[in-house]
Amino acid sequence: MGNGMREVAVIGFAQLTALEDREHNEVELIIPVVQGALADAGMDRHEIDFTISGSCDYLSGGPFTFVSGLDAAGAWPPVKESHVEMDAAWALYEAWVAIQTGDVDSALIYGFGKSSLGDLHEIMGLQADPYVVAPLWPSMVDMAALQASAFLAATDYTESDLCAIAARSRRAAVDNPYAVRSEDATAQELLARPVTHTPLRDSDIAPITDGSAAIIIATREIADARCERPAYIRGIDHRVDAQGLGLRDLATSASTKLAAQGAGVSKGPVDVAEIHAQFSHEELILREALGLEDTTVVNPSGGPLGANPVMTTGLIRIGEVAARIRSGSANRGVAHASQGPCLQQNLVCVLEGDQ
Amino acid sequence: MTSPLMQHHVLEYPGGYTRSVGPAVGRYLSGLRDGHIVGVRGSDGRVLVPPTGYDPVTAATLEEYVPVGPAGTVVAFTWVNHPRAGKHHLTHPFAFALVRPDGSDTAMLHVVDAGSPDAMSIGMRVAPRWASSRRGYVTDLEAWVPLAAGETPEPAPPNTNEEASTEPVTGIVTPISLEYDINAGVAASKYLRALSEKRIVGQRAKGSDDVYVPPRGTDPTTGAPTEIEVEVGQVGTVTTYCVVNIPGLSENSPEIPYVCAQILLDGAHTAWFGLVQGLPADEVRMGVRVRAVWADHPGPDARSIKWFEPTGEPDAPYDDYKAYA
Repeated sequence: MGNGMREVAVIGFAQLTALEDREHNEVELIIPVVQGALADAGMDRHEIDFTISGSCDYLSGGPFTFVSGLDAAGAWPPVKESHVEMDAAWALYEAWVAIQTGDVDSALIYGFGKSSLGDLHEIMGLQADPYVVAPLWPSMVDMAALQASAFLAATDYTESDLCAIAARSRRAAVDNPYAVRSEDATAQELLARPVTHTPLRDSDIAPITDGSAAIIIATREIADARCERPAYIRGIDHRVDAQGLGLRDLATSASTKLAAQGAGVSKGPVDVAEIHAQFSHEELILREALGLEDTTVVNPSGGPLGANPVMTTGLIRIGEVAARIRSGSANRGVAHASQGPCLQQNLVCVLEGDQ
Repeated sequence: MTSPLMQHHVLEYPGGYTRSVGPAVGRYLSGLRDGHIVGVRGSDGRVLVPPTGYDPVTAATLEEYVPVGPAGTVVAFTWVNHPRAGKHHLTHPFAFALVRPDGSDTAMLHVVDAGSPDAMSIGMRVAPRWASSRRGYVTDLEAWVPLAAGETPEPAPPNTNEEASTEPVTGIVTPISLEYDINAGVAASKYLRALSEKRIVGQRAKGSDDVYVPPRGTDPTTGAPTEIEVEVGQVGTVTTYCVVNIPGLSENSPEIPYVCAQILLDGAHTAWFGLVQGLPADEVRMGVRVRAVWADHPGPDARSIKWFEPTGEPDAPYDDYKAYA
């Protein structure tokens, strides 16, 4: 990427999802994806220089679950390790920075979460201001619905546009073995179903999903030796908006727009974009903020409306784009990850194959 | 497949979290207690509600508090059909809304008590309905309610809370409780089920002799799955211990002094946490050999082993357990 930056590529990816996994605990969810990503990259655990995860203890109501999660990655002899209480896409960002420092050349990133153990929507509502908002107990869906309400009021979009997003996502999810919810239904059929959280319908809301994912990134030297067509990270940036919903223009995403500029989205054509939209209207807001053209294929995996393993949904967006570049079905793509109520924090990653 | 082991789990801090609110939120909550809404003027002249102590754009300290409202306008809403008991302060259906009080340039998230979603619309005028008993909390403004054209908002009634301070609000207590149904997982379920049969079962990975007990499903040194089940002994060696002289909070806590120990069960490669009884606390030592004492009715529960007691064997030589001490 020039400017003395080290070239870093995604060379391994694995994911695992389930609607409601009552059999495995978090550690047991991580084992297959760590093993899978290592096998995909053709690397041994001990060849990895840096290990980092993203998770949220509140999902299972236990303290420091990420510490036991490390059991699944193997930590002896002692490894260089870190953790973010964020979607694991932010863990990938930290890993990318660690590689840029020259300190490490490869990294294992994993994210995991069991959303089905508690009331996910209530838990995520606690990310709101703890003094004047959280005590009212708005859920994550309530807050998203407020954003949808503000967005529809500020634009010409209607509920049928939201249903069109949901219908396209659910149809795309039919072909994704990791999707937990899919359906071949038209937007008109979805529109006829009841509104559950004005102005949103059930089909506009990402399903509760348990799951995990792991990605291996490495420098060009390692990537070219291990991988036929690595997916190079050409740009990555993340930004945050104000926490107070009333302080922001909810019909737009200023932080996504800045992150997209920082990552260089507009420097070339975007073949594919995987967008971390947990609600239909978020995709419309994010498309605009990312500056995507109509020719870009958006969420061919079905996106978060097909599967939403919280704390790793964003990392999976990077994995999905990278997989399409590695397979040669796309040359340049954009992955987006989000965290916080109403798209508060946004990360944008531009991936590209060698020409 | 046997049914998964599940456990209901409540995460809460008894009495709630005590939070310091700082000057800006304190000013806002003091205002609510006294029956009015307070905002703050930002660096660009905009009025922000609720007030922040800093400007969201320039980060400058903000101190020019201004009264806003009392009426306001709904800029976004969503209807809540099923209020959650113990969480939402209204017990009947209501709307969450972003309401912009008159004189404010931002909207605040609160509830609108409108009776029906059909009564809600963007742009509708609303007025505050004040709680009669107020304490400096966000629900002192009980709800916004529809305000018909030509109507003016009612002022807040006198505060009936005789314990309310008239000093600025500096802190609040926020109760938070979350409920879970957690599952033990495959490895821990096997371990727990074996306890109900008075057996202690660990696991090891292929190609490794290291037996982990309790098992987590992986060899933590390599991350390899531990698919091989190994029953370990019920007799072991104390590798290290601690004499507890502080009484526990639980009614099940043993009488003090009592001894917590790391016990290396015969056949295991990780020390195991347990209580040691049947030996005066000042005679417990590294190397002492102990055996598990089972509860009368063991189940898939860590409490199935009540404690460990001395076997009477000679102490294990240090070299036998020094790698685990």
